Amino acid sequence: MNQKNSSDLFINNVSMTFDLVNGNRVEALKNISLNIKKGELISILGPSGCGKTTLLNIIAGFLAPTEGQVVLNKHVVTGPDAERGMVFQQGALFEWMNVRKNIGFGPSMQAQPREQINQLVDDLLETVGLHGFAEKHVYELSGGMQQRVSLARCLANDPDVILMDEPLGALDALTREKMQSLILKLWKETGKTIILITHSVEEALLLGERLFVMAPRPGRVHKEYQLAFAHQALKSDIRDIKKLAEFVSSREEILSMIWEMEEEIMGAKV
Amino acid sequence: MLILSIYISIFIFVLLSYRFLTKQLATNKKTEQRKTVTFGDESAVSSNRTASVLSILTLFLLWCSFTGSKLFPLHVPGPFVGDTSFTYSASNEDKQTETAEVFIRVSPAGEIRVKPDIPTDNIYNNNVFAKNDIARVSAWRSVLIRVKKNDVGGNEKHYQVTEVNGQKITPKQKIQVKNGSVTVTSKGSLSFTPEKGWQMEAIWLPAPEAVFARLIEISKDGYQNISLFENIGWSLFRVLAGFMLGCLVGIPLGYAMGLSSWFRGWFDPIVEFMRPVPPLALIPLIIIWFGIWESGKISLLFLAALWVMTIAARSGVSGINITKIHAAYSLGASKFQILLHVIIPNSLPEVFTGARVAMGICWGTVVAAELVAAEKGAGKMIIAASKFQQTDIVIMGIILIGVIGYLIDLLMRLAENKLVPWKGRS
Repeated sequence: MNQKNSSDLFINNVSMTFDLVNGNRVEALKNISLNIKKGELISILGPSGCGKTTLLNIIAGFLAPTEGQVVLNKHVVTGPDAERGMVFQQGALFEWMNVRKNIGFGPSMQAQPREQINQLVDDLLETVGLHGFAEKHVYELSGGMQQRVSLARCLANDPDVILMDEPLGALDALTREKMQSLILKLWKETGKTIILITHSVEEALLLGERLFVMAPRPGRVHKEYQLAFAHQALKSDIRDIKKLAEFVSSREEILSMIWEMEEEIMGAKV
Repeated sequence: MLILSIYISIFIFVLLSYRFLTKQLATNKKTEQRKTVTFGDESAVSSNRTASVLSILTLFLLWCSFTGSKLFPLHVPGPFVGDTSFTYSASNEDKQTETAEVFIRVSPAGEIRVKPDIPTDNIYNNNVFAKNDIARVSAWRSVLIRVKKNDVGGNEKHYQVTEVNGQKITPKQKIQVKNGSVTVTSKGSLSFTPEKGWQMEAIWLPAPEAVFARLIEISKDGYQNISLFENIGWSLFRVLAGFMLGCLVGIPLGYAMGLSSWFRGWFDPIVEFMRPVPPLALIPLIIIWFGIWESGKISLLFLAALWVMTIAARSGVSGINITKIHAAYSLGASKFQILLHVIIPNSLPEVFTGARVAMGICWGTVVAAELVAAEKGAGKMIIAASKFQQTDIVIMGIILIGVIGYLIDLLMRLAENKLVPWKGRS
């Protein structure tokens, strides 16, 4: 194996086949191989049913692949672990805890001293822009604020890799843009490896250093892009980046690619 | 039927007058009232406090007016009380027919019956063979009047009573007379029943003040040497003991069934079989097994609470959003930590709903179990009172049982709001 850096994430030839109740088999993923360097921001895009969430669940350790393996820190992933944090679309916060306890959940499970956790939570609240919300209940917050708490909760555990499963999917357009720049800011400040799954072509282009477009039946990587928009967005306004001719042409290219895939699926179904 | 139609008309009348009044009084509408679509909008329908108060008031006043209570001046017509009379005609051996009068004095219920005055001219007139009669009776009762007894020749074979108030009579016929009715017995005597009116006799439904007086008396002196506090305390103790045991076994069992396929497979048939069996149906078996002592009643309540709590805990566990579990694992929590910090808190709203239902069932079951066999308890008190026809104690007991059941539910709801404030807000 060509493992240069042990804290890189290696996805080696991963396949996933589901047995359906009616006896059919579905190849959700076939021979996926990706090497993700430490500190990279990866975005994964694709039509529904292309297996991108399955891939993320395999990396997180919630699913064991039928073939291949995921390797991080010199060991094969066999289950969920604190080294791979996850941010969900919604509904993953604990309503019975206030914001402080939610964010401090990971460290307190490791029985870290309370003062240390409190200090950490206060710092993270500052980072995600929720200063003064520590004692609020989760259900008192708006959707965007809840996702800020989710991000902070994930960071509190100091994972090596952060997996994001459509973290902004349930937010309105304005909140979404603010959260996009927050994710970029956190990425730059922490230097974490981030794998982001999204439905939004703009988001994938804007946030990903590398962008994988996946195709369905069987789920596979269709195309890979190297992008510079994320670095540009760190220096200037997100809105301006989105207006760049290069951005617009990439967006249209990917959109029509996904359109074609979707039409193929529709045709196959009919 | 009559009472139901009165109740419905009061309901409609109060509703219409409330609508009318609020329309007259409402000048600046609240936001709620500015909604134009309210029919079918669940959020626009809330329990109207005024309606609740008026509803209780209506029930109370109906109770008052149908029992002739002193607390409320408007009463439905009561039983006839006072003097009344009717006439009868009799024919004697010689086919002569004469008419005499029967004077009746109806005394109020519970008072000494007094004989009415009687015009004596007819009694001492030797030319008359049909003599006047007198009778005394209490309201709601009837009196047998042997009108022939004092008539001249009344015991002769062909002497017979032929008419009442001018109407020809046949045996077992019922004739309406002033302030009551007369039934002819098969032997030709007349049975007079004064008009009963619409009010209820105290033995059917006592007036509110009588029930209240009983409450005062029994809370002071107790009933059958057992104080009211003791009776209710025993019932509450049984409910709490049975409920606690049910929770202690049912909640862990429900969690196990929610977390393990083997546990669910093993206990599902038992739970699903026992759940629809009403606890009351178990009373005979419980008495055979445990006798009529405390262990029997507590086991019954334990069984009543057990299945409800098991099912509530099970669905509380099953209802958890998988992303919460995934998130907790990704944050490095162990299985035990996830159970303690995620699964159990997440199931609490369902468990509390189950606990409220279980408490209600237990309270209902304990009263029923005490009706069957108990030495002390709220149910025992009312069943004992019913055997002595002390309806006021029965009604007092029923009201107390209802109020306590309501208070229990209120306390459970308060605890719920305190302990699971996130209920329904995820």
